[in-house]
Amino acid sequence: MKGFSFSWRALFGAALISAVPAMVLADSVNGEVHKQPTNYIAIGMFLAFIILTLGITKWASARSASTKDYYTAGGKITGFQNGLAIAGDYMSAASFLGISAQVFTSGFDGLIYSIGFLVGWPIILFLMAERLRNLGKFTFSDVASYRLGQKPIRFLSALSSLTVVAFYLIAQMVGAGKLIQLLFGLDYLIAVVLVGVLMVLYVLFGGMLATTWVQIIKAVLLLSGATFMAVMVLKSVNFDFSALFEKAVEVHPKGDAIMAPGVLISDPISAISLGLALMFGTAGLPHILMRFFTVGDAKEARKSVFYATGFIGYFYILTFVIGFGAILLVGTNPAFKDAAGELLGGSNMAAVHLAKAVGGDFFLGFISAVAFATILAVVAGLALAGASAVALDLYTHVLRGGNVNEKAQMAVSKGAVIALGIVAIVLGIVFEKQNIAFMVGLAFSVAAATNFPILFLSMYWSKLTTRGAVIGGAMGLITALTLTVLSPTVWVDVLHHPAAIFPYKYPALFAMIAAFVGIWLFSVTDTSAKARAEREKFFAQFVRSQTGLGASGAVDH
Amino acid sequence: MSSDEVYRRIYDNPRFQALVKKRGRFAWTLSAIMLLAYYGFVCLIAFDPKLLGTRIQPDAVLTWGIPGGIGLILLCFILTGIYVQRANGEFDREVRQILEEAGQ
Repeated sequence: MKGFSFSWRALFGAALISAVPAMVLADSVNGEVHKQPTNYIAIGMFLAFIILTLGITKWASARSASTKDYYTAGGKITGFQNGLAIAGDYMSAASFLGISAQVFTSGFDGLIYSIGFLVGWPIILFLMAERLRNLGKFTFSDVASYRLGQKPIRFLSALSSLTVVAFYLIAQMVGAGKLIQLLFGLDYLIAVVLVGVLMVLYVLFGGMLATTWVQIIKAVLLLSGATFMAVMVLKSVNFDFSALFEKAVEVHPKGDAIMAPGVLISDPISAISLGLALMFGTAGLPHILMRFFTVGDAKEARKSVFYATGFIGYFYILTFVIGFGAILLVGTNPAFKDAAGELLGGSNMAAVHLAKAVGGDFFLGFISAVAFATILAVVAGLALAGASAVALDLYTHVLRGGNVNEKAQMAVSKGAVIALGIVAIVLGIVFEKQNIAFMVGLAFSVAAATNFPILFLSMYWSKLTTRGAVIGGAMGLITALTLTVLSPTVWVDVLHHPAAIFPYKYPALFAMIAAFVGIWLFSVTDTSAKARAEREKFFAQFVRSQTGLGASGAVDH
Repeated sequence: MSSDEVYRRIYDNPRFQALVKKRGRFAWTLSAIMLLAYYGFVCLIAFDPKLLGTRIQPDAVLTWGIPGGIGLILLCFILTGIYVQRANGEFDREVRQILEEAGQ
C-alpha cells in the first residue's frame, strides 16, 4: 500500500499538467491575469458579431411561437446545419485555445486529448442517435421516461441536467471574464455581465432557432479562422509536414519528446476513467442531446452526427497544426514572451499570438472576437438546455403531472432563462478568484454516470424499471459528486488539504460502475405490478425506436 | 386498430426481427472497432509509451504516434460515413417496406 501511495505522488504531478482541454484554459487563466491594452479591432469585430446575431434573434423570434418551435426550431434544421451546430457546441474556446496550447507545450500529448473528445461521436451515432430521434420530442428525459414513471425519472434527469449545466456554465463564465481581460483589455465584470445578458437575449427571444444559428455562424467563423492559421503555418514550411516537425523538434526545449506520448497518461486507470468520461459524457450532455430533436427524422439525425464528426475531427487536426506552428513562429519570437521567457498571458495564448504572427493585428482581432463569440454561443445552448429541464421536466411533469397550457409553460421557461442568466452572472463573479479547474470534468462525469446509463438502458434493456433507474442513477450522481470532492482537483487544489482521499482525478469509471450496477440490481429485484407493466411496454417502445413509427416530425407552417 | 396492435404486428413480423438483428450486428461491430482502436491506443500509451514514440525512419523525426493519432481521427469519420450510408439507404428502405406491410 505504501509503494502504491508513493506512485500516486508522481501521478498528481502529471495530473496537474493533464486536464480536459476546457480545464487547461481554466487552469492557466486562474488567479491573476494581466489586463491587456484595449484592442479596438477585436472589439469592433465582436460588436459586428453581436449585431448580426441579435438580428438573427429578432428574425427567429417571429418564428418561435409554439413550444415545438421554441425548443426544437420546429424540427426543421437540416442534418448539415445541425452537424455544424453540434460541432459548434463542442468546439469551445477552451478546446481551441486549450488544445493548441497543449500541443505547443508538449506536442503529441495534445493530440491524445483531442482524440478522446472525438471518439464518443461514432458511438453516439451507432448506438443512440436514431433511437433518440425516434423516441424523443424536446429533451432526452422524454426518451428516458418513455415507459417509466414520469415524475421520478424526470425529476432525477432534470436534477442531473441542471448540475451539468451549472458547472459547465460557471466554467464558461469565468473563462469569458478572463479571456476578455486578455484579449480585449476590458474588465472582468463587464465581460461576465455582457455574456449573461446576451445569453438571455438569444434564448429568451430566439429560442432554439436563434441558438442554433448563433452556433452555426460561430462554427463557420472558427473553422475558417483556424483553417487560415493552419494554411499559413504550412506555407511557412512550404507545405512540407516533415519540415514542420523537424523544425519544431529543433527549436522546442523538449526536443524529440514532443513527438512521443509524455506525462499525459501515466496509469491505465486514470486513462480509462478519462476516456469513459469523455466518450459517454458526450452522450449524456443535455445541451448536445437536445440538438437531436431539431431535425426532422432519424435520417437527418444520423447525417448530423456524420457531419459533426467530420467538422470536429477536421478542427482537431487544425489545432494540432496550429500548435506546432506556434512552436515555430511564436515560441522562437521574443516579442511574444516576457522577461522570464514565458508566453505573454500564459500558454493558452499560443494560438492567439500565432494569429498575430501569421495575420497581423487585424487577424488577431478576428481570432479574439471569434474566441469570445464561441463562449457566447456555448452558454446560449446551455441556458436553453437548463430552461427546458426546468419548464418541461420540473414544471410540466413533476409539478403539474403533464397538465399545463402552452402559455404557462412558456412563461415558466422564460422565467427560468432569466433566472439562469442572473445565477450565471452572480456565480461568474463569485468564482472569479476560485479554482474552477474541476468543473468541466465534473460536468462530463455526471453526464456519463447519470444521464447516459439511464438513457442507454431505457432504450436497450427491457427489464429496466423506474425503481432501478432512479436509485441507480442517483447512485451514479452521488458517486460522481463525492469522488470529485475527494479527488486531488478539489480536495488538494481547492480545499488545500495535503493529500487527496480519492487518488484519481476522474471519477467516471467508478461512478459509471455504481450507476450500472445500481440500475441493474434495483431493476431485477423489482417485482411490483408497476414494474411488470413497465417491462411489458418495452416492445412498443422498441418498435418505435427502430422504425420511427409515431415519432414527432417537423412542423409545417 | 390501436397503436399497440400496430406495434405488436410489426414486432411479430419476421422481416422486422431480421432487420433489427442485422442493423444491431452492424452497429455493434462498428462500435467494437471504434472502442478497440481507441482503448488500444490509450493502453499502448499507458503500458508502452516508447512504442508510439519510435521513429518511422531513423533519419526523420516523424514517429508512429502521429500517423496513429491522425489515423484514429480519420477512422471516426470513415466509420460514421459507412454507417450513415447503409442506415440511410438499405436499412431505411427496409423500414419503409415493413411499415407499409403493417398498413402505415
